[in-house]
Amino acid sequence: MMKTVFKRTPTLKDCPTHYCPGCGHGIAHRLIAEVIDELDIRDRTIGIAPVGCAVLAYDYFDIDMVEVAHGRPPAVATGMKRTNPDKIIFSYQGDGDLASIGAAEILHAGHRGEQITVIFINNAVYGMTGGQMAPTTMLGQVTATTPKGRSATEQGYPLQVSELLATLPGTIYIERCALINVAHVRKTKKAIKHAFELQLEGAQGLSLVEVLSPCPTYWRMSPAKAMEWIESNMMKVFPLGRLKG
Amino acid sequence: MNPVADRTRNRNMTEEWQTSKGAGKRILMCGNEALAESAIIAGCDAYFGYPITPQNEIPAYMSRRMPEEGRVFVQTESELAAINMVFGASATGKRAMTSSSSPGISLMQEGISYLAGAELPAVVVNIMRGGPGLGNIAPSQADYFQATRGGGHGDYRTVVLGPSGVQEMVDCMPLAFDLADQYRMPVMVLADGILGQMMEPIVLEKKQGRELPAKDWALTGAKRRKQNIVRSLWLPEGVLEKLNYKLRDKYKQIEQNEVLCEQYEIDGAEIVVVAYGVAARIVRSAVSRAREEGIKAGWIRPITLWPFPTEQVSKAADEFRIFLVVEMSNGQMVEDVRLAVNGKSPVLFYGRPGGGVPNVDEILDKIKQLTLKPKAQ
Repeated sequence: MMKTVFKRTPTLKDCPTHYCPGCGHGIAHRLIAEVIDELDIRDRTIGIAPVGCAVLAYDYFDIDMVEVAHGRPPAVATGMKRTNPDKIIFSYQGDGDLASIGAAEILHAGHRGEQITVIFINNAVYGMTGGQMAPTTMLGQVTATTPKGRSATEQGYPLQVSELLATLPGTIYIERCALINVAHVRKTKKAIKHAFELQLEGAQGLSLVEVLSPCPTYWRMSPAKAMEWIESNMMKVFPLGRLKG
Repeated sequence: MNPVADRTRNRNMTEEWQTSKGAGKRILMCGNEALAESAIIAGCDAYFGYPITPQNEIPAYMSRRMPEEGRVFVQTESELAAINMVFGASATGKRAMTSSSSPGISLMQEGISYLAGAELPAVVVNIMRGGPGLGNIAPSQADYFQATRGGGHGDYRTVVLGPSGVQEMVDCMPLAFDLADQYRMPVMVLADGILGQMMEPIVLEKKQGRELPAKDWALTGAKRRKQNIVRSLWLPEGVLEKLNYKLRDKYKQIEQNEVLCEQYEIDGAEIVVVAYGVAARIVRSAVSRAREEGIKAGWIRPITLWPFPTEQVSKAADEFRIFLVVEMSNGQMVEDVRLAVNGKSPVLFYGRPGGGVPNVDEILDKIKQLTLKPKAQ
């Protein structure tokens, strides 16, 4: 007798994505979709797509979604949640979106303690625009705009946004995870689920899950090597674990 | 404004929206607070704003009144955040607004462009001050170009209402929300520091609004329906072009149906003074004085700055007469008057930029100077 051991979760649409081979967005999307289905909140969830590789996230999530200006998802989420306290609002943002151009918006949404959930995908590079330096780019990392590698004196150190946000009284839960193997993917899902559950319970404050995610294309390495690179490089600057809550 | 027996008018917002004229109680309020209360009466669900002079009475008033009504008030970290919170609330189908003054409105242009692209309704109030740069906090009309040309990037328009008194500040709010909802676009109320600060007796009443289409596009959670998506990115070839044609058609419809303008003594006038907002009030006095001195003068006051009353101005220019445009700027609306007149009559300009406010004598002198000259064809 045949037994189904793995299937598409309903909130994820039945279509191929535009993401590069080995990209972490597909995994992160699936984890969020599974959480939405397990919590049975598909019909009350509104998602916010960023500017970046995940700009077309609404093509993959079968929920109400909006695409907004670069870096502004936490402000848009504030407008949504304040006027719709019964809805579950989440933003999905990359490192350029959240840590660079949208630094003010995430800081102040956290500062105000907005009851929203933020999924922060950190892949240490700008993907959609062609592999430029991000605030989270590693020291020495070669990108389209750091041909000699990022230098601390020229471009500053990688920005640890989650640590920064964890200092704010308005944030209630911050955890950093990585999509490097099955065990860590499961941990990531658990964290995402917890972040959504807090909002469902009406917990007073912002919850954020930072996900270290591979970008083999602009790291210029194989998908397998990219997973290793997260562990050997990124996790040293961005240590995993619960930073708050 | 004194009713004049032979005044011809197209449509007047005050009368149009005051269905039961005189029924409400007359109260004294400053423009900023009156506008804020009117927004509440018009069903504004959420206000988001950042402090800037000379509009601070609006957020201060909203911070008290919105919670009283069980509605949303947020003082934002920036104007960027304010307009994006408006974007978020509006995307869920709520009536949302923000207010600011010139430098803050510049920061909001990104969001206004996204609102236009995503076809979301929103009301943005600009209580103009002097510029460029930080400028000053004196009243000004220097943001006419920015307001009427779209302001942000891309091929779009916003409806722009230019009230000229505190009662009109009140009356334009329900209209702004209705227009925004009807056409799914940002609507701007363009006033200035004088209108925001000065107190006048007004009547606040709940009026019957327009019949509006259901917001079936709103993000409310995909319950027993397909997902709704609010977006402004259209990558496949030709799709964005199609959206832009759709916007063009919408704007054409607005140009045909939503022009508001007031005019006085155009027939037989040798000079027509065109002004909007608070400048139009000064012009009215100057024209009355000119008429007392035997000069055949009239005036046109655009109430909608976009759509501009091109037809009304053009019609007035069918007979040769001098057009004098008076603005608190170095000349911005004068370009729209020139386009409308299209060479049929001379168009001259008198302006006071950088927070300067013309007085009645200055304008009267200009009228005299222009009408005493022999007319050269």
